[in-house]
Amino acid sequence: MKPTLLVMNRAPYAGTLARAGLDAALAYAAFDQPTSVLFAGPGVLQLAPAQEPAPIGRKSLRRLIDSMPLYDLEAVYADADALARHGLAAGDLPAFVTVLDAAAQRELQERHAHLLSF
Amino acid sequence: MHYALLVLAPPQATAVHRAAIGLCEAALDAGHALPRVFFSDAGTQVALASAVPPGDEPSPREGWQALARQHGVELVACIGSAVRHGVLDSDEAARFERPAATLAEGFVLGGLGLLVEATAAADRTLTFGGGAP
Repeated sequence: MKPTLLVMNRAPYAGTLARAGLDAALAYAAFDQPTSVLFAGPGVLQLAPAQEPAPIGRKSLRRLIDSMPLYDLEAVYADADALARHGLAAGDLPAFVTVLDAAAQRELQERHAHLLSF
Repeated sequence: MHYALLVLAPPQATAVHRAAIGLCEAALDAGHALPRVFFSDAGTQVALASAVPPGDEPSPREGWQALARQHGVELVACIGSAVRHGVLDSDEAARFERPAATLAEGFVLGGLGLLVEATAAADRTLTFGGGAP
C-alpha cells in the first residue's frame, strides 16, 4: 500500500477547502491506507483550540481533527514556523500532533508516495 | 506510468483547468495510464450542466468532456461536494426534491473511496487548485 500525505494549507473557515481536505484524510484512513496529515501555512489555524464557528454557521474543524485517532489516524504533523507565525504553541495542539521543522517536513514528504495538497 | 488527478479549483480558474487538461492529454498521448480524474470541493462545479460561461472564454467543462470522449477517462465528482454546489444527478435531484438534474454529460458522482482507489492504483498523484503553503 502506498503511503499518502495530505497537506492542509487553508485557514479553517475561509471557504470549504479545509473541510474537504480533512474529509479526504479521514476517508484514506477509513479505507485502511497508510495516511499522514501535515498542517502548514494558514492551515495550522485548523488546529487552534476552542474554535467557536457556530455564529458563522460552521462546525468546528478542531472537533473533526480531534476525532482522527478514532480512524487510527495519528501520523499528524504541524509546521513549526507556521505555528509560531500564527501564535500557536505546542500546548494548544491535540496531543497526537507532532511539530516538525522544515528539514523534517522534507523527510516526511520523501517517505510518502502521494502528496495531496488542500 | 500510472497517474491519478485531484482537481479542486472552480471552473472560473480557467488556467488551472487548462493546465490539468493539457497534462492529461500529454500523459495519455505519451502512452501513460490516467483512468480517472476526481473533482472535489469547488472543482465539482465544472460538472454543472447549467453553468453558462461567456461565449468568448474557454469552457473547462467542455475540455474535460472532450478528454473523456477521446480517451475514455472517467470523470468523478465527489458526491458530498457536488450536491453542496448544486451538481445533482437524477437520483440526488429526486432524493433532495430539487426540480432538475444538473450533472453534465460525461461526469458521474461518487464517494471519496473512488479517490482513494485511484491514488492507490497510481504511481503519481497530482493536485490541481489546492492551497499553496
